[in-house]
Amino acid sequence: MSNAKFKLSNLYLILVFAVLYAPIVYLMVYSFNSGGTMREFEGFTLEYYSEVLADARLLIIVLNTFIIALLSSAIATIIGVFGAIAMHFIKNNAKQSLLTLNNVLIVSPDVIIGASFLILFTIIGINLGFTSVLLSHIAFSIPIVVIMVLPKLQEMSNSLIDAARDLGASNWYVISRVILPFIKPGIFAGFFMALTYSMDDFAVTFFVTGNGYSTLAVEIYSRARQGVSLSINALSTLIFLFTILLVIGYYFINQRNNRTQGREG
Amino acid sequence: MSAKARTLYLIPYLLWILFFVIAPILLIVYYSFYDVQGNFTFANYSKFFTSVYLQMTLSSFWYALLITLFSLLVSYPTAYLLTKTKHKSLWLLLIILPSWINLLLKAYAFIGIFGTYGVVNALLETVGIGSQQILFTDFSFVFVSVYIFIPFMILPIFNALEKMNPSLIYASRDLGASAFTTFRKVVFPLTIEGVKAGIIAVFIPSLSLFMLTRLIAGNRVITLGTAIEQHFLVTEDWGMGATIAVFLIIIMALVMALMGLRKRGLDLVKR
Amino acid sequence: MSNLVKSFIAIFAVSFGLLYIVHLLNTSEGYSGDNTLIVYNWGDYIDEELIAQFEEETGYKVVYQTFDSNEAMLTKIKQGGTSYDISVPSEYTIAKMVEEDLLLPIDHSLVPNLQYIDERFLDLSFDPKNKYSIPYFWGTVGIVFNPNLTGDLTFNSWDDLWDPSLKNNLLLIDGAREVIGMGLNSLNYSLNDTNKDHLQEAYNKLSDLTPNVKAIVGDEIKMLMAGNEAAAALVWSGDASEIMWENEELDYIVPEEGSNLWFDNFVIPKTAKNVEGAHAFINFMLDPEVSAQNTEYVGYSTPNKAALELLDEEISSDERFYPDDELTSHLEVYENLGPVMLGHYNDLFLEFKMYRK
Repeated sequence: MSNAKFKLSNLYLILVFAVLYAPIVYLMVYSFNSGGTMREFEGFTLEYYSEVLADARLLIIVLNTFIIALLSSAIATIIGVFGAIAMHFIKNNAKQSLLTLNNVLIVSPDVIIGASFLILFTIIGINLGFTSVLLSHIAFSIPIVVIMVLPKLQEMSNSLIDAARDLGASNWYVISRVILPFIKPGIFAGFFMALTYSMDDFAVTFFVTGNGYSTLAVEIYSRARQGVSLSINALSTLIFLFTILLVIGYYFINQRNNRTQGREG
Repeated sequence: MSAKARTLYLIPYLLWILFFVIAPILLIVYYSFYDVQGNFTFANYSKFFTSVYLQMTLSSFWYALLITLFSLLVSYPTAYLLTKTKHKSLWLLLIILPSWINLLLKAYAFIGIFGTYGVVNALLETVGIGSQQILFTDFSFVFVSVYIFIPFMILPIFNALEKMNPSLIYASRDLGASAFTTFRKVVFPLTIEGVKAGIIAVFIPSLSLFMLTRLIAGNRVITLGTAIEQHFLVTEDWGMGATIAVFLIIIMALVMALMGLRKRGLDLVKR
Repeated sequence: MSNLVKSFIAIFAVSFGLLYIVHLLNTSEGYSGDNTLIVYNWGDYIDEELIAQFEEETGYKVVYQTFDSNEAMLTKIKQGGTSYDISVPSEYTIAKMVEEDLLLPIDHSLVPNLQYIDERFLDLSFDPKNKYSIPYFWGTVGIVFNPNLTGDLTFNSWDDLWDPSLKNNLLLIDGAREVIGMGLNSLNYSLNDTNKDHLQEAYNKLSDLTPNVKAIVGDEIKMLMAGNEAAAALVWSGDASEIMWENEELDYIVPEEGSNLWFDNFVIPKTAKNVEGAHAFINFMLDPEVSAQNTEYVGYSTPNKAALELLDEEISSDERFYPDDELTSHLEVYENLGPVMLGHYNDLFLEFKMYRK
């Protein structure tokens, strides 16, 4: 009986993964299509890959995208985590209002965020380019970090902190040795969701960028009128495979480290 | 946590709120009182209470609800089953990975998959059911939207389930509760914070979906996002666009208040 | 905890490493020089080989940025903070930009290749005497359809779209002026009509069209029509030529009652820094051979007579994309209707989208 349940749950997971990856596989398969479109598969070709690798401008755009994503997510996570920690210890009423303010950027359509940030930046006089894009990405990523971290804080039992205080721990010690380790899953969740927000953002980036600074999303959406060529499929495939290798590689290195540590301990 | 330390950690966050939340809100409210020719007016607000915009609001609300519900239904079991696997963090990352591919590309892929001559219909033909209209339906719209939002729902629920003490489940079963009762009375309430986080992360952005309403639903679904996009860009009527945004924020605040109330309600009941 | 710190340090390290690489790449491409020209254009709307050729011939370094819609581009330029030297708006946006004083006049003496442009496309209502803009590509709005699926319908008249045989088999582009303009044209009104009664008439007629409308979509219409997702669609001619290149069953026609004549023109925004380079770029793109090569890449209709002669006979004699004078006399350019009337058009369009018969 438990065997059957085991099979069923496995089947469900496999189904979920299959659906999640179906469009991705579709994109990857057609990146090799000599027919030039995502409609009929005519023949196998690598021409789109060579097109990508020869396009220096596209390469710079990809690097820009990664830099912005990594930096903005990291900074947003730091600000968001400390903001959430502080918020957790505030009285309920103030907390509700802060939380509502927190979610304003999530409910607002990107157009409005982009337009209002653009106005703000031009009033202050910030040059449109890397700085404005970075600031904007940090800005719209902070809310999701807070949302991902808060539940872990709420699950945390207050007695943990009280115990640490009783034993004489300083404020910084409480945070670094008690709170942060407990909410670590929330921190990583926030970071990865921030990465998602950043990588996929088009409208906000479009409005606040200028003078040549572009990200991959802006480039892809701009190509829509002419038709997104399969070289974008090829590029996405390369990025995707690279990220998968990174993730799997990092994970198994981590596993080995943990195992060796275990043996030594 | 001393008040001084608390303020210190709050400062960068408060600065962010000041510059990037409060300032834009003020801007939006300011714009909402001006019409397209620059005159001060309340006309935008009265325009919102016409049938077109009220219908749109209802429509946005309804679809956001559907999307959130189905995301929850799909994500909860997935998160639960993930906690039982051996390399859970790896699988979790693999679930997040597809969300880093550009949305437009994935939408194009879905057009290819759901199209009249696409992959799914080809399958249906061979099985004998025959070709169906999948694109431009409520079904495909909700399906693709749920697809996009799944990572946001799975992550917080996974985090909540992970830290749950399994002995609580054993205790409940020992005392004779069925699997369903255990879930209802033990597991679910203990993970409610994660569920709420997921709901917020999915419901709120769904209210202003606009790209998917065009790409997958072919504008057969109109949300407040559609109208805002049109007003901000095409007609340059920032006033009306801002007005709709004001209402979006109000709706969001109401939803947040409702979720907060429920928690307080639960606390009251416990007492 | 230290694991956390380590991860974040790693992230910052990687970011700064990438930043350095980008900096190296940028300087090696010469992007940080003084002789740069910043071009703001639609995505994939130019043969990139020509940019390289331009850089070689003139020594300017081109920084290329893209946009996906006229309105978004207009918002960017209007707000300030940018210094694009060249932009390529559509004609109705140019009319707005002229009115809002966002453009620099173009010195025709610096653009001698202007002589190659067909006079039909010069001195039009949106920019008299071409004071502020020079034509880049042009086209029409019409119907792309699959004769195998549309039976006897010829689409010589807009009314064919209302034919019951097209039930749930018609796609429309997501453009208020295009759709309402089509409604107006089908009633033999001008597509610049501002008479509210005429507009209401058009709206009512369009409401009767809704049973046939499968979806109202954007640029993805190309993928949809190429995949035979619908039997017919209201599209721009540029889209049509690409769709037909992908799916050879399809045909394109502009109905007789009239339609829209659109242009994408070069302009020089007031915030430009390299005005001399901008003129050099425009003149370069107007060179017949350059224009011909570009037209082959982009696939839209070129306004350059000399370039047309260099193109394949098959392309230049295709009346669907290079219509004769008789047909073009029925075509109208969009006039700037002003924000209030434009708002009215869009309100009607929004109601149209939400209406289901």
